[in-house]
Amino acid sequence: MATHEAHDHHHEQSFIEKYVFSQDHKMIAKQFLITGMIMGIIGVAMSMLFRLQLAWPDKQFPILETLLGKWGADGTMDPNIYLALVTIHGTIMVFFVLTAGLSGTFSNLLIPLQIGARDMASGFINMLSYWFFFASSIVMVVSLFVENGPAAAGWTVYPPLSALPQAMPGSGLGMTLWLVSMSLFIVSSLLGALNYIVTVLNLRTKGMSMTRLPLTIWAFFVTAILGVLSFPVLFSAALLLIFDRSFGTSFYLSDIMVAGELLSNQGGSPVLFQHLFWFLGHPEVYIILLPALGITSEVISTNARKPIFGYRAMVGSILAIAFLSFIVWGHHMFVTGMNPFLGSVFTFTTLLIAIPSAVKAFNYITTLWKGNLRLTPAMLFSIGLVSTFITGGLTGLILGDSALDINVHDTYFVVAHFHIVMGLSAIFGMFAGVYHWFPKMFGRRMIKSLGYVHFWVTFITAYGVFFPMHFMGMAGLPRRYYTNTSFPMFDDLADINVMISIFAIVGGIAQVIFIFNFFYSAVRGKKASRNPWKSNTLEWTTPVEHIHGNWPGEIPEVHRWAYDYSKPGMEDDFVPQTVPIRENEVETGH
Amino acid sequence: METLLIIIVGILGLIAIAQAVRVFELSAAVKGEDASSENVTDKDNRNQGILLLIFMIFMLGGFIAMIFGYSDVMLPVSASEHGVDIDNLWDISMWLIIVVFFITQPILFYFGYKFRGAKKKKAVYMEHNNRLEFIWTIVPAVVLAGLIIYGLATWSNIMNPVIGEGEEEPMVVEIYAKQFGWTARYSGSDNQLGYANVRMIGGTNTLGVDPDDANSLDDVITTELHLPVNRPVLFKFRSQDVIHSAYLPHFRVQMNCVPGTKTQFMFKPTMTTEEMRQDPDTQQKVANINEIRGERGDEAWQFDYVLLCNKICGSAHYNMQMKIVVESEEEYNKWMSEQKSFAELL
Repeated sequence: MATHEAHDHHHEQSFIEKYVFSQDHKMIAKQFLITGMIMGIIGVAMSMLFRLQLAWPDKQFPILETLLGKWGADGTMDPNIYLALVTIHGTIMVFFVLTAGLSGTFSNLLIPLQIGARDMASGFINMLSYWFFFASSIVMVVSLFVENGPAAAGWTVYPPLSALPQAMPGSGLGMTLWLVSMSLFIVSSLLGALNYIVTVLNLRTKGMSMTRLPLTIWAFFVTAILGVLSFPVLFSAALLLIFDRSFGTSFYLSDIMVAGELLSNQGGSPVLFQHLFWFLGHPEVYIILLPALGITSEVISTNARKPIFGYRAMVGSILAIAFLSFIVWGHHMFVTGMNPFLGSVFTFTTLLIAIPSAVKAFNYITTLWKGNLRLTPAMLFSIGLVSTFITGGLTGLILGDSALDINVHDTYFVVAHFHIVMGLSAIFGMFAGVYHWFPKMFGRRMIKSLGYVHFWVTFITAYGVFFPMHFMGMAGLPRRYYTNTSFPMFDDLADINVMISIFAIVGGIAQVIFIFNFFYSAVRGKKASRNPWKSNTLEWTTPVEHIHGNWPGEIPEVHRWAYDYSKPGMEDDFVPQTVPIRENEVETGH
Repeated sequence: METLLIIIVGILGLIAIAQAVRVFELSAAVKGEDASSENVTDKDNRNQGILLLIFMIFMLGGFIAMIFGYSDVMLPVSASEHGVDIDNLWDISMWLIIVVFFITQPILFYFGYKFRGAKKKKAVYMEHNNRLEFIWTIVPAVVLAGLIIYGLATWSNIMNPVIGEGEEEPMVVEIYAKQFGWTARYSGSDNQLGYANVRMIGGTNTLGVDPDDANSLDDVITTELHLPVNRPVLFKFRSQDVIHSAYLPHFRVQMNCVPGTKTQFMFKPTMTTEEMRQDPDTQQKVANINEIRGERGDEAWQFDYVLLCNKICGSAHYNMQMKIVVESEEEYNKWMSEQKSFAELL
């Protein structure tokens, strides 16, 4: 055993093997994170551009002409590019940042380290997963530069709009590239998820039973299962759409005359696409959210110096949410004209999700109770996540109720709801993860004070952007409107729009603080110690300097759960998982 | 110019933050603390704890201010029968949400402040409590059960309206969508729409109505939607090209228009346009809007019901609308008598 490991560690790696086509999960995690951050910058910058348009539709901004070229001639945004910006913003944030950037980073970094494995089950497949994601990102970025602009039919790309180049410019080559990019993305996601599942099931170290797994791993594991079961359905939806677009089939098309041209397509149903899309689309929400919740569980427990409250209830609620997420997709389709009985079923299943969600929220709050809270930037982002998870989750009670959805469906109320519950919660979880595991990733510390400034500006502006949108939704304002000046009934929303845009622009620019802190600290930050947060989990038993295979000697054995913080009778306020149960000590939590 | 100003303000803001950070670090260094130490100090905990508390006060205060401040921008009272049921369910759900929000958020932030850490403190070891878990599983479950039952009953009444004996048959009207406009087709005296398909579109027959179908001849095609008050209307939706969504916010009505399929929605308008114009909330809203329009030099606006497109459908999606007029039976009949039938149109 020992000789085998020595062989592993002393194998010389070339630059390309180590930094580019790396098969080491820690390097792949960093690759996912940095690619995700670059995509995130693009996605957030786009939102700032369309917020300019929404707040000041009658003003001209030279910057629009600089950035958008012919689409921003004279500093005025073209309606088609507005739709393209919201489409690509949604696609990038949902898939590239909050799926690959979040799950790809932290599943890769933490699964082997926290379960006590030398690496993923297949390092090669793991490498492929990243490079498919990279290729997918390149294609998506390239699509921004094609003649007729990128895809513009909304991130949900409903046909016939997305299927017919005559219907809008973005449905030409831009849409083809979107579909190619997403197909590559799905391959990446599946390769990654299969690896995570196999690794968690097979490579846990001695003593690491499923009930001793940190909640992060539970979240990543269940997320991977969701991905494996739902992404193939999106793939089939995309494939049929490619057929309709390029090979004259009629899966989604029937009885259409567009731009004066009568199409021969007959017998298809656009609603079929929506069923297929949302069969992925809704689990996707939890593919985004569960890893963030897992990270939060770990960060809150460590920094509250208390066990996560109700470990088994937390695992149970993850499983319940995951199961329910597969039978609620129809709540996106209440007003498509589908059978009202189906609407009833989906209302029922959708509102049930509130129960495990409430359990999670209450458990987080109780974990804080009588804790000894170390308010690190990671901890603040986790508290922020619990706040947005509650705020955004509550309005789900409205949107999940088919009768109420009738009047706010596709309005800004929806935009407010999903940005708060899914967008903000997930991005806060991602920030919490970066601040918390930065010492593990780079062996250095981030600058704490900049972390605080980043948190407060982000938290305040995030609420400032999305909270007022509820009221715009209640005023009946539809989303994806290039401007609402065509309807005098919305003229009184002009001030709210300006306020939201100012918050959005300030919040967007404030991310520079984070990016600076990240790259500066990665290179020049102060050296971190081995276990800076006095944490129990296994990743903090590895050396600060990354080595291939993670542990220099044998993999440590696990003797207890991950949450023995402030356990009575112990000298320190933390007991790492590797410490054997003492005589007379009662093992708790599992 | 504004762009430049915004960028300058942003850059100045960043510089200010960077300077503040430096001052903070220097002052900490003078006091012998390491401001960037990896573990937070008791002072950090106190500062951040207080900030959490301040944030909570501003958040809850801001929320209350918005409820009052934005009450004018929200939609006025429902102008349809089922809309009143929706609004009741909405109010109950919203009150529930507000109560839960105002309980959980203060607790969360207060705990963040109250249990802020210190070196000499120790956390309580408490890893689970089955009774608590049971309580916060069962209580939401019971509340949700009530909400679900109420919601499903409302939904069922809206989507499967029962026409009682002796009650009037609903008036059938087709709402036809295409990029980027709406057309209405009234079913005429027989209350039956003639067969239609995009393949029959040609010349003046822009909706593809079958001229050989006897039901077609008395159909009436209009670009403005007039509805008699208190008469149930059954909308049949069609789309010519992509998916559109017919959204009538004042009536709490929305249904997608899907090419290749017919969808429908039945409801009863209960307030005429004139009555809605007299509604105090509407008058307040109109007054606010006209004040804003006056400042901008736009002409004054008079309230009208409107049908909007609420499903992304292309470049002019944001301006796809049709005026709706709800009026008395007599006014409606008078207007209808001035319209041409499909037979006359051909």
